[in-house]
Amino acid sequence: MTQAIIFVLFILGGTALLSWPFGRYMSWAMDPARGQGTPNGFTSIFQGIGGSIARQEQDWKRYVVSLLGFNVVLFVVVFAILALQQYLPLNPDGKEALDPSLIFNTAVSFTTNTNLQHYSGEVAMSYLTQLAGLMWLQFVSAAVGIAALAALARGLAGRKLGNFFVDVQRATFLVLLPAAFVVAVLLLLTGVPMTFSGSVVATTLEGVQQTIARGPVAAFVAIKQLGTNGGGFFGPNSAHPLENPTFWSNVVQTVSIIIIPMACVWMFGHIIGRLKHAAVLFTVMLILMGARIVATVGFESVPTQAFTSLPITQDVGNLEGKELRFGASAGPLWAVVTTSTSNGSVNAMHDSLNPLAGMMPMIGMWLNEDFGGVGVGMVNMFLYIIVGVFIAGMMIGRTPEYLGWRVEAKEVKFAMMGLLSHGLFILVGTAIFAVTPWGADTLNNIGPHGFSEILYEFSSSAANNGSGFEGLGDATAPWNIATGLVMLLARFIPIILPLAIIGSLSAKRRATESSGTLSVEDGTFAGMLTATVVIVGALTFFPAATLGPIAEHVMFMK
Amino acid sequence: METLISSLRITVATMAICVGGYSAAVWAVGQAVTPDTAEASIITRADGTVIGSRQVAQAFTQPQYFWPRPSAVDYNGAGAGGSNKSPTSTDLTERATETVAAYGATPENPLPAELAAASGAGLDPHITERAARYQVARIAQARNILADQVEQVIDRNAFSPGGMFTPDRLVNVLEMNLALDNVQIQ
Repeated sequence: MTQAIIFVLFILGGTALLSWPFGRYMSWAMDPARGQGTPNGFTSIFQGIGGSIARQEQDWKRYVVSLLGFNVVLFVVVFAILALQQYLPLNPDGKEALDPSLIFNTAVSFTTNTNLQHYSGEVAMSYLTQLAGLMWLQFVSAAVGIAALAALARGLAGRKLGNFFVDVQRATFLVLLPAAFVVAVLLLLTGVPMTFSGSVVATTLEGVQQTIARGPVAAFVAIKQLGTNGGGFFGPNSAHPLENPTFWSNVVQTVSIIIIPMACVWMFGHIIGRLKHAAVLFTVMLILMGARIVATVGFESVPTQAFTSLPITQDVGNLEGKELRFGASAGPLWAVVTTSTSNGSVNAMHDSLNPLAGMMPMIGMWLNEDFGGVGVGMVNMFLYIIVGVFIAGMMIGRTPEYLGWRVEAKEVKFAMMGLLSHGLFILVGTAIFAVTPWGADTLNNIGPHGFSEILYEFSSSAANNGSGFEGLGDATAPWNIATGLVMLLARFIPIILPLAIIGSLSAKRRATESSGTLSVEDGTFAGMLTATVVIVGALTFFPAATLGPIAEHVMFMK
Repeated sequence: METLISSLRITVATMAICVGGYSAAVWAVGQAVTPDTAEASIITRADGTVIGSRQVAQAFTQPQYFWPRPSAVDYNGAGAGGSNKSPTSTDLTERATETVAAYGATPENPLPAELAAASGAGLDPHITERAARYQVARIAQARNILADQVEQVIDRNAFSPGGMFTPDRLVNVLEMNLALDNVQIQ
């Protein structure tokens, strides 16, 4: 247990420290013109690549239209690559045509930064599809999220929002690309393969044939983790010994999952010019995530229930679905950080977590803001902040303000729409699939755990997370279409609404903050924000949790 | 229309640099610095035939070999996966009952839990040192050699995957079995 605590502190503390300089770097990369600073030379290059539209200042509507138009192009390009993969090069193992509803689901999934996978990479996808289709979207879809946050922060600072086409290139080329190259090299050094040769057929020592799939894994995994994408090169994701071969490759990947979501909070603080406020937000997020890590490590140290009646040792935690090389606490730690950040890669099978340990990833996806996906996590937190300051203002009888902006009915309506739509997608989707053969016929476990499989799948889609209780037989047309639609709506509604709020705020006159203003830099604000997150989350999702993981725990765990 | 053209221009630029340039650069570093693991640590016999990958578990069922952890996909290296069963599932109890029988485990000599639990990808190449020692008597008897000789193979192969962070030492099943058979590899 001591090693578990040291390991968790080492990873979280180390990443939190690293996120500070990285956040500074990101604010330079994303917002070079801030204050009196000189614009960096890259801006004119990006304007050149983007063409004439990239030279305009955009208001929130133009910014959103550009963002949506860009995403349409991403979707169409990757849809085409997926649909034509059998005719395209770089296909040494002869991967064949894919089912149309799977193509739709996969193209949506990677465009929306979700990376929900209703296929197994080494079975279904050619190397070209993996790199030019999926890995490409892992770069640019992550960049879209960072761009949205940069625009939001500029708006809150009382400035023009900037230009989407420049922002998305800044995020791709200046933030994600160099970071991905560094991480990819670290992954090579810790044993991850990177080859364009096809699979190998081996004759084992016992004389059996074994086909071993491999491929250009290191490049893919680096951006999969950094961009909170999470889509695995292989079916079992980072539990696969060629996707995550050593203890140290696991350390590199765990840090890569949370570094940019953490750094995004600092970038936000730099752009709005309020680092103390950012530090308060960072602390709230760290506490919410840390509480779930402690709980998961604890719940998962209980031995596998199914083995208790057999002559099997009971001195280690639950090892079903886990790999030994990562150490005892690496699975629970990863399960929490990957769902806190909308990453969705796994290094252990979440379906085989103990019931309450399996609930913690779901809670992460339900809250979806600590630290959340790259860029969009902080954008989600902004919605909670709007609701939080509104409630606080009502309680003490002052006009609610955030950073000097008066928060009124319109902004709160938009924020609540964003937060409630999240619950709506998850609960309505789960309800429909739980009572119809669409869901009921696809389960891998019976009883409340089967319900949890459905609940998890919709939570993962709505949070743009992409992990799963993978026993679920989700490669069916109803699952592909339903989760595809949820991913689309749940991606763009929480990007459009916050920018609409910015549009509404910036039409008002900004007040100067005085001693009478509710501070956003102290413990009271932190407590208020934490309470808002927990209460909204609990009121929305607790009933569903009692039907799934809590019921399973009460019924079966002794 | 302008939005579309601009998006397409950025598509071309990001494809060229983030897919073409980046993949090629990472591949080149791998070939130069870690040529063995970059190709997935393939092991070949002296005659050039492939035995397997150091990093990927393969099936062992004969008594003279160390056995790996259970695999929900029967060690399929081209379609990996876990059982995805709940730890409360009776299906797991049934599977573990067979495993217990195969090892001949008894309440006095219980099976280490890691030998009963299937790994995440079904390809975990490692078992713990204690799970290896648990199998020594069977292997020594099947090979008609001293238990000490099998223990020595474990001693030579045991390693700590994460130093101070991982108290349990691991062994690579395939590498130990190669040592037991004394196979010449390239």
